[in-house]
Amino acid sequence: MNSVYSLGGLYHLLIGPFATYGFMRTALVACFALALANGPIGTLLLLRRMSLEGDVLSHAVMPGAALGFLYAGYYSLEALSVGGLLTGALVAGSAGLIGRLQPKRKETNLAAFYLLSLASGIIIVSIRGSNVDLAHVLFGTVLAVDMRDLVFIAAVSSATLLVLAVILRPLAVESFDPAFLRSIGAGGGLFRAIFLIAVVLNLVASFQAFGTLLAIGPMLLPAAAALCWTERIWPTIALNVAIGMAADYAGLLTSYYANLPSGPAIVLAGGIIFGLSLIIGGRFRRDERRTVEEGRA
Amino acid sequence: MTSAQPRGFGRHLLAPLDWLDGGYAPRVLAAARRDDVAGIDLDNVSAGYGDRPAISGISGRFAPASLTAVIGPNGAGKSSLLKAIAGTLPLQFGSIRCAARAARDFAYMPQQAELDRTFPISVRDLIALGAWRNFGAYRRVGNDVFDRVAEAAASAGLGGYLDRPVEGLSVGEFQRALFARLLVQDAAVILLDEPFAAVDERTTEDLLRLIGRWHEEGRTIIAVLHDLDRVREFFPQALLLARSCIAWGETAVVLTADNLARARDVMQGRGDRRAAS
Repeated sequence: MNSVYSLGGLYHLLIGPFATYGFMRTALVACFALALANGPIGTLLLLRRMSLEGDVLSHAVMPGAALGFLYAGYYSLEALSVGGLLTGALVAGSAGLIGRLQPKRKETNLAAFYLLSLASGIIIVSIRGSNVDLAHVLFGTVLAVDMRDLVFIAAVSSATLLVLAVILRPLAVESFDPAFLRSIGAGGGLFRAIFLIAVVLNLVASFQAFGTLLAIGPMLLPAAAALCWTERIWPTIALNVAIGMAADYAGLLTSYYANLPSGPAIVLAGGIIFGLSLIIGGRFRRDERRTVEEGRA
Repeated sequence: MTSAQPRGFGRHLLAPLDWLDGGYAPRVLAAARRDDVAGIDLDNVSAGYGDRPAISGISGRFAPASLTAVIGPNGAGKSSLLKAIAGTLPLQFGSIRCAARAARDFAYMPQQAELDRTFPISVRDLIALGAWRNFGAYRRVGNDVFDRVAEAAASAGLGGYLDRPVEGLSVGEFQRALFARLLVQDAAVILLDEPFAAVDERTTEDLLRLIGRWHEEGRTIIAVLHDLDRVREFFPQALLLARSCIAWGETAVVLTADNLARARDVMQGRGDRRAAS
């Protein structure tokens, strides 16, 4: 009977919080939906060497979301999302434009956008809100995600998966060999624009759960971890989704038992998996390659 | 020639998206047509960014089925010339007429440094990119394409490498893979940007054999090279660049000590003084 008892204990420990509390379930499902879309988005961001752009865009969502907050309060999903989407698209567009005018100072321009967005966002929130509101905007509230938010997140995630399924190939090949793609007259600005819109949309969807400071975390960290283990693009995306979900689950559970903020706990879990992957996965791949080369010699 | 018509279920499902990039049909395909499209005419071409163009005032013609080496000191604009012909570097002045490019019967191989060699892609998929017109942005890659990929890999000496990730390849093996992609592209005009940079001797010889085969097949080939002995041995035509064209024609006529010294002087800014003295 002892083993059954301990199995039951394990069930209570690992599943219990989600079985008992609806807000834990909703949070977990929302995070899983985000992880599904973050699989291809995060992988492409890293392969296209756009992690800094992603970071800037996640902050660019803030002033718009803050304006939405000013206009309609914290609990109006529509106002926050539309505002965030507008400023996100605005910054994505102007960053692209300035990048074309001055191609050699790209990181400087991006850093300026990052800081301007953050500062103006904080000022706008502070006009009407309290420090608690500011913390909500910056770090999100996974556990406050309700059914309406969940539907929005699921819709964005589904649309992202469908669209990226169609244009994944040119986006991936462009990051691998841009000159080739241009020389055969394929790829081009339209795909890049669609991808940027998808990134901003997903950041807006993540905003409620993780806030503007952390929204990029669940996008990049699982992708970075997955790239330590795989050498093909589809396995990378699949592993990225799996690692993202594992981090969501571990983070939520930890935050429940240790009474920690959930969003940061999830990002931290992703970071720990990335660190382990870097140490173990990187070494594993190096060894494998060495044996391949020795075998050839 | 394989048809560019996609087959199967996806044809109907994805048809509304064809305006995006459903692959494209090459306009002309018979072997005899190559003479019509394979010439390249340059008329007073200047290209580059800013007020100091990388190349300027270049006029002339790459004849159909010619094999030309582009040579010159570092910074002479050799790669820029290729990019201008490939249409990836904007022209500031003049015009380039290249019917093969308009007909998509055209292949450009960039320098290896411009590719991400750590990208998670297999050798098979890299080579299959050469058949992009058969599948475009989103169609399934058919078995006929993979048959051609296997054949091309064998010709380039990469027979057993198809399932390898690109990341583990040496510089020479990676270059063989890029040449296999060119074999799959099967284009009338082929531009090669430093195909033998940092490539070992044996690989270079194998790849030169492929270039010789393309030359016999009547394709127009332009390659940026550094090794002058190799140019004298394998390339009937040469174009000596130093931002502008120093000499263009038969290799033996172009590669004289005087011409080479003149190219060096122009690049070091001594051209005017030398002319004045």
